[in-house]
Amino acid sequence: MDHESRTKQIHTILQEFEPERENLIAILHRIQDTENFHYITQEAVKAISDYLHLTPSEIIGVISFYTMFSLNPRGKYVIRVCTSAPCHIMGSTTIIDALKEILGITVGETTGNNLFTLEFSSCLGVCDRAPAIMINHEVYGNLTYDSLKKVIGGKV
Amino acid sequence: MTEKIVCENIGMYINPASCEEYEKRGGYKALQKALTLEPLDIIEEVKKSKLRGRGGAGFPTGVKWSFTAPLKGKKYILCNADEGEPGTFKDRIIMEGDPHKLIEGILIAGYAVGAQRAYIYIRGEYYASLEMVQKAIEEAGKKYLGEEILGTRFSFDISIRGGAGSYVCGEETAMIESLEGKRGNPRLRPPYPGTEGFHKYPSVVNNVETLANIPSIIAKGGDWFASIGTEKSTGTKIFTVSGKVETPGYYELPMTATLRELIFDHAGGIKGGKKFKAALMGGAASGAFLGEDKLDVQLSFEDLAENNGCLGSGAVLVLDEDTSILEVLKNITEFFVHESCGLCVPCRVGTARILSMLTDIINGKMSKKDFEKILRVARIMNRTCYCPLGQSPLVPLSTAFQVGV
Repeated sequence: MDHESRTKQIHTILQEFEPERENLIAILHRIQDTENFHYITQEAVKAISDYLHLTPSEIIGVISFYTMFSLNPRGKYVIRVCTSAPCHIMGSTTIIDALKEILGITVGETTGNNLFTLEFSSCLGVCDRAPAIMINHEVYGNLTYDSLKKVIGGKV
Repeated sequence: MTEKIVCENIGMYINPASCEEYEKRGGYKALQKALTLEPLDIIEEVKKSKLRGRGGAGFPTGVKWSFTAPLKGKKYILCNADEGEPGTFKDRIIMEGDPHKLIEGILIAGYAVGAQRAYIYIRGEYYASLEMVQKAIEEAGKKYLGEEILGTRFSFDISIRGGAGSYVCGEETAMIESLEGKRGNPRLRPPYPGTEGFHKYPSVVNNVETLANIPSIIAKGGDWFASIGTEKSTGTKIFTVSGKVETPGYYELPMTATLRELIFDHAGGIKGGKKFKAALMGGAASGAFLGEDKLDVQLSFEDLAENNGCLGSGAVLVLDEDTSILEVLKNITEFFVHESCGLCVPCRVGTARILSMLTDIINGKMSKKDFEKILRVARIMNRTCYCPLGQSPLVPLSTAFQVGV
């Protein structure tokens, strides 16, 4: 999508919501989900700020509070590794090491081809299928080195 | 076979979002009955059931409703579905398995306290729950939401709000801040949300599992509900078992069940025939460690409290003989460091301080005898932190010390 159509799209998204502050988090989700690299651009921050009559710093304050929002471009696939105690006990450190090896990046980084970003997540609520990860909206549980390799391989 | 209340329909549907399927299993009958009763009588029935909040604190639901009911004007029901306590996934099971039960519970709560609107605050990572509950609301909306529901004078609407990755937003006042589109920093209580909540209007905050118990209480009566479980812990509880067991999963049991029954009869015992070491009960972050000597404790609010434990969210993380309690503590503390909102100093500094000391013990730079220093910091946090997040690390730390680190 070129720059002009994206600007239009952001404007259309904003019009879906009443210009009330209580819609801020829902707006941020919509804008981030429709952005190519799963993040919130400075331009979007400015547009939201005009629409909701909030300062850009207030909006960035909210973005930076919540783990799921990002102000920096991420890969096509955002991989969230659950690091909470149930997954930890069931081997999440092995999963993290395996991901680092397969992707050649460390936590917080994006692969050179802009395909994958590796992040940590607090409990994903699938503790009966630990260790688990989430790729964009999809959960993968009961992971082993081999099944993980297959999941990642399927995305390349 | 133990009686199921909250999970009675789960796994029975072709499409859990279908209103018709829920009605075929007796759904929305309790709402119809409720709408013929006086709101105060419903509150009395819930009081009689002695239902206690299933989110962790265990406050009596009927009593909570009775604070908000007499207040005039705009009022809200806020359903807390920000299920972030590690090891807990009961609310997800309800939302994805029987969303109409939750909706019916919310409607009855709304009628009882005289609210006009509800928000369900679902954590952002629960995409499947968000989708399922949204579909169910759309289905229910044809008959049971909007103006003058079922021809009565009761009008009500339900909307969903998604979180965006923040554990502290499970704390009720932080959740309200987030609902208002702000950073999820907790508010100082009092005032409690029941008198001053969402946009300062009186708001009843109830957990998903709590609300999902309401339809059965109204349909079958408070006395029936109170006859299940123990004197002070009535009804059933969903326990979510994870860690080193053969069959991790969710189990709905009366609170007369013991930890041993849950782990060995229901969850298949310890994985690979290993020995049981401890269970982190009530939440895999803010819960309490129970050792082998506590296996026969009943999983009720009062019995767990007497044994330095807590029922919490009903999460049970099982550790076998090979699991290091110190490593688990370090993991929990890393979680608290990450999830501390940073607003109050004891929490922001204390969590980091505890993590550094635990790391030193694990690396042999500090003696295990120095564990008392960690407990001292946790005790200060327990007394001085703004919200339950900073107050709670003392629970796993002190109980781990009792079990033996």
